[in-house]
Amino acid sequence: MKQLTVISGKGGTGKTTIAAAFVSLAKNAVIADCDVDAADMHLILKPQVQETIDFTGLDVASIDESLCTQCGKCKDKCRFDAISNDITINIYECEGCGVCEYICPERAISMIPRKAGDAYISKTRFGPMAHARLGIGEEASGKLVSFVRINAKKLAEKHNKDMIIIDGPPGTGCSVIASITGVDMLVIVTEPSVSGIHDLERVLGVADYFNIPAVVCVNKYDINKENTQLIEKYCSENGVGIVGKLPYDETPTKAMLQEMTVIEYSNNDFSTKVKDLWENVKKHLHETSGHTLLTMAK
Amino acid sequence: MKIAIASGKGGTGKTTLAVNLALALEDVQLFDCDVEEPNCHLFLDLDLIKVEDVNIPTPEIDKSKCDLCGKCSEFCRFNAIAVLPKDVMVFPALCHGCGGCTIVCPKEAIIEKDRSIGVIDRNKNSSGGFEFYRGLLDIGEPMASPVISALKKHIDTNRTAIIDAPPGTACPVITSVGNVDYCILVTESTPFGLHDLMLAVDMVRILEIPFGVIINRHDIGDEKVEEYCNSQGITILMKIPHDHKIARLYSEGIPFISSMPEWKDRFVNLFETIKQEYGGVGS
Repeated sequence: MKQLTVISGKGGTGKTTIAAAFVSLAKNAVIADCDVDAADMHLILKPQVQETIDFTGLDVASIDESLCTQCGKCKDKCRFDAISNDITINIYECEGCGVCEYICPERAISMIPRKAGDAYISKTRFGPMAHARLGIGEEASGKLVSFVRINAKKLAEKHNKDMIIIDGPPGTGCSVIASITGVDMLVIVTEPSVSGIHDLERVLGVADYFNIPAVVCVNKYDINKENTQLIEKYCSENGVGIVGKLPYDETPTKAMLQEMTVIEYSNNDFSTKVKDLWENVKKHLHETSGHTLLTMAK
Repeated sequence: MKIAIASGKGGTGKTTLAVNLALALEDVQLFDCDVEEPNCHLFLDLDLIKVEDVNIPTPEIDKSKCDLCGKCSEFCRFNAIAVLPKDVMVFPALCHGCGGCTIVCPKEAIIEKDRSIGVIDRNKNSSGGFEFYRGLLDIGEPMASPVISALKKHIDTNRTAIIDAPPGTACPVITSVGNVDYCILVTESTPFGLHDLMLAVDMVRILEIPFGVIINRHDIGDEKVEEYCNSQGITILMKIPHDHKIARLYSEGIPFISSMPEWKDRFVNLFETIKQEYGGVGS
């Protein structure tokens, strides 16, 4: 079974549009939306939720005020400024380390499990889907991403699917790392802006750090063709394949308004280019079995 | 006064707005809190110098004192220490730096050493009172929040601070927008933009931060973002059209107010309006 993650570094380059298009072109795939704190894939795929699972993140500290003597030892030892001067816990700052519980001489503090979101197992018109919703301000996004990926893997085994397509989050931190570790290949969607290029270089660094093969798709390549050339040069110098260039087009927005993938929405030039992109991605994916392609120059 | 620019959805124009707003104002500090992918500096022609490393205190074990009792690994909720029958191992990347292991160790065998996970940079010459700070998380490091917290320590409360937040609604965003006086939520008029705006609105309401919305590329999708804001009584601070010139300037790394000066007054007015209502005395 192959796992493919679509990421970008920079947000808003078209990850979800492209991942949703891949889903509608793949014949036998499970879908995993791993952008758990701003998930959008469900707006296109309209999943029917079949199972909702409570997700508990890290425990958080809870103070029994009837036992607390306000001695302040917990506040002194908390490294995350999660305990205020009047000895109350700010749950958004609490890392769940348990130091305050240990240090409290009155045993007034206990670490309690807290629901941090919901994970969903769903059915879509293109196959089974694993997704989630992280509670606002929650800490454990990486953990929830890992949970979504476990659910996707179970779905793939149960339904005999040969691929998992993962829509990843922006950035380079915990939820990105959790979305890409152990996958067969990354499709990095970028755009020819200075920000797009900067973020592409960083996210290729992450791919290299974790030794994961990556290919690049340049979205809206015609917005700045000089910058597109810079991306092509950079990729070729670093041995990273470019699997497609998509023009700026209104199709993704129009398709989104109709709750459709670009492939469903139209048979136009744009969707043909996306189909070619998918064929290229599949070709690279089959070539990456067992060894890595990426060697970074720096 | 501290104003954060946040969005839920990525790529809606947070950085563009933060940079252009900061450049339109006098005596301002700009903070790039998107430490996973900071971009503000790409639009600012300035030299950066490192101010400090951001460190996590990580355990180091004196094996001559350690008797492998296992209390540290039992305590550590992040699985950063493993005690084996004949050895003890530390996994620095998993350590959150809580210091719990040093407290529970009965043999005082654990000391903490700083491990750098990122840096804080600032502009070399803060000419004209413009001060820029950014955080940068090292490649491969998972935890953005400590870098953001370190960055925000440089806020001078006597001045205006503009804070460019990362996308999403998870912990790094909360760290970025915590304690600000006002939050500008940037969105675009598409279903994705609306959905993620609603999440961002939930967030600022939970945090009880006053906020308003800027609709970027307001003419590309439908009217639903505007309808939502109106039905919720949310102030729409500004609407920016989808403009090829703005997109082109953005792609080249040029702040659009520098070649579209008519926007400068709009940003100044926007700031004055917010400041009058939410700035408080003396800020």
